[in-house]
Amino acid sequence: MISANLSAIFYLISGVLFILALRGLSSPETSRQGNLYGIIGMVIAITVTFLSVGNFSSGFIYVIIFLLVGGAIGAFIAFKIPMTAMPELVAGFHSLVGLAAVFVAISAFINPEAFNLGFPGKIKLASLIEMSIGAAVGAITFSGSIIAFLKLQGIMSGAPITFKGQHLINALILISIVFLTYFLCVSQNSNLFWILIGISFLIGFLLIIPIGGADMPVVISMLNSYSGWAAAGIGFTLENTALIITGALVGSSGAILSYIMCKGMNRSFFNVILGGFGATEQSSKDKNKEQRPVKSGNADDAAFLMKNASSVIIVPGYGMAVAQAQHALREMVDTLKKNGIKVSYAIHPVAGRMPGHMNVLLAEANVPYDEVFELEEINNDFANADVAFVIGANDVTNPVAKTDPQSPIYGMPVLDVEKCKSVLFVKRSLSPGYAGIDNDLFYKENTLMLFADAKKMTEDITKNL
Amino acid sequence: MEIDPFIFRLSIFILSIFVGYYVVWSVTPSLHTPLMSVTNAISSVIIVGAIIAALASTEGNTFSSASLFGYLAITLAAVNIFGGFLVTQRMLAMYKKKKKDKK
Repeated sequence: MISANLSAIFYLISGVLFILALRGLSSPETSRQGNLYGIIGMVIAITVTFLSVGNFSSGFIYVIIFLLVGGAIGAFIAFKIPMTAMPELVAGFHSLVGLAAVFVAISAFINPEAFNLGFPGKIKLASLIEMSIGAAVGAITFSGSIIAFLKLQGIMSGAPITFKGQHLINALILISIVFLTYFLCVSQNSNLFWILIGISFLIGFLLIIPIGGADMPVVISMLNSYSGWAAAGIGFTLENTALIITGALVGSSGAILSYIMCKGMNRSFFNVILGGFGATEQSSKDKNKEQRPVKSGNADDAAFLMKNASSVIIVPGYGMAVAQAQHALREMVDTLKKNGIKVSYAIHPVAGRMPGHMNVLLAEANVPYDEVFELEEINNDFANADVAFVIGANDVTNPVAKTDPQSPIYGMPVLDVEKCKSVLFVKRSLSPGYAGIDNDLFYKENTLMLFADAKKMTEDITKNL
Repeated sequence: MEIDPFIFRLSIFILSIFVGYYVVWSVTPSLHTPLMSVTNAISSVIIVGAIIAALASTEGNTFSSASLFGYLAITLAAVNIFGGFLVTQRMLAMYKKKKKDKK
C-alpha cells in the first residue's frame, strides 16, 4: 500500500511522460525515444495502481493473466499487421479504448464503493455525470469505430449510406442522451444508465454510416479525439490525473488532426460529418460525358520519358496502397537514381485513408524520409520538374479545384502536377475519383495515361529502364 | 473556504488541452500515423480504472459482476497498450534518413 498522495504524484509523472512521448514525434530522430517515454509512463501508471490497491489475493493473479492474454493478442497483431492496413488497425484499436471506457464506467456504476464514489443508488452527483459522459462517449467511439473499421476493410461498402430524416433522428437521439443523463442523476435509476449506453452505441453507428470512404481520414481523427474525451471523462470519475492529462492530450490531438484533414479537403467539419459527399455530384457528372481523346501508353513509353528526364516527382495516392505498389515504386526510383535522375515524392495532406498514411508506406519501402515532401514544400517545384509520376492519386491533382468555382472540390489545395513538362498517370481506368468529377488532366496534351495495376506497371517500367 | 478538488482536476484538464494543442501542432505531418497509434496506446491508461474495478471485489468473490467488467476492460486495454506501442515502434523504426555514402 502506498499513500494516495504518493500515487497521485506518480500518476502526474506518467502524465508528463505521455506529453514527452507526443513531443518526441516532432522529428523522426527523437520519435523512438518519445515512444520509450510513453512505455515507461504506462509501466509507472500500472505499477502504482497495483501498489495503491494493495490487493494481491487471487484476483491479482487473474488481473495478470488477463493483462498477459490481452498483451499477447496486441503484440501478435502489432507484428503481423501489414502497413497498408494501418487505418483499419487504428480504427479497431479506437473501438477497444471506447469499449474499455464503457466497461470501466459500468463497473464503477455497479460497485461505486470501490472507487470511493458513494453507494449503489446514492452515487455522488458529480461522479454520476462524469461516468455518464465517459460511458456515452466511449460507446459512441466503440460503435463508430466498428463502422469505420468495416468500411476500411471493405466488409461494408465505402459508399455513404443515407436515408430520409437521418439528421433529424440523429439530433433527436443526441438530445435524448442529454435528457437521459439528467434523469439518471435525479433518479439514480440503473435502467436509465443501461438505456443511455444502448442509445449511445446506436448513435455512434448512425453518425458514421453516412460518411464515405475517402472521408475516412477525418473520421479516424475524430474517433481518435472521442476516445480521448471518453478517457478524460473516466479520469474525472476515478479522480486520476494520469487519465485526465492523457484524455486531454489525445482529445486535442485528434481534434487537430481532424482540422488538418478538413483543411486538406477545403471542407468544413460539419460538411464531412453530415456526410453523403460524392453521392449528390454523380448526376451532374453524367451530363457531359462525351468521349474526349486521351493518350495512353505502355511501360516502354513511360520508361523512355523518365530516362530522358532530369527530375521526376512522384505523387502517390490511395491506389498505391491498394495495389501494394510501394516496394515496386521504390525499386523503380532506385533505378532512376542510378541514371542520375533527381527524384522526390509529393504527399497531399489527405492522400490515403488516414493522416500520414503515405509517409508510413514509403518509409516501409525504405524511402528516406528526407526525399518525401508535403504539399507546401514541393508545390513550386512542379514547374521545374520534367515528369510527374502520379500513382493511384486523382482528385488531389485535379486543376479544376483552382479554376472552376462550380466544382465540388473548388478551393481544395491541389498539387500543381499540370505544370510539369509531362505527366504520367498510372490508373486502372478513366473513372472519376471519389469526388465523382472528371479530371481535366487526363486529356491534356502532355499527359500520358498508363492503364494498368499500379504494382505491375511500376515493375514493367523498371524492366524497361 | 476550501476549494473543491474537482476544480483542481478541471484546471489540470484545461491546461493539458493547451499543452496537447501546442505539442501536437509541432508534430511533423509525416509522423501523423504514428501519432495516432501512440495516442491510442496512451489513452489505454484507462486500464488503471479497470484494475481498480477488478481488484475491488471482496474476499472470496473474485468474479463479482463489477470485477468481471474490470477483467474484460483489462483485456481490451492490454491489447491496445501492447499493440499500440509495438506497432508505433515498428513504424518509427522504418523512418530512415538518406544514406550518406550514396553517390
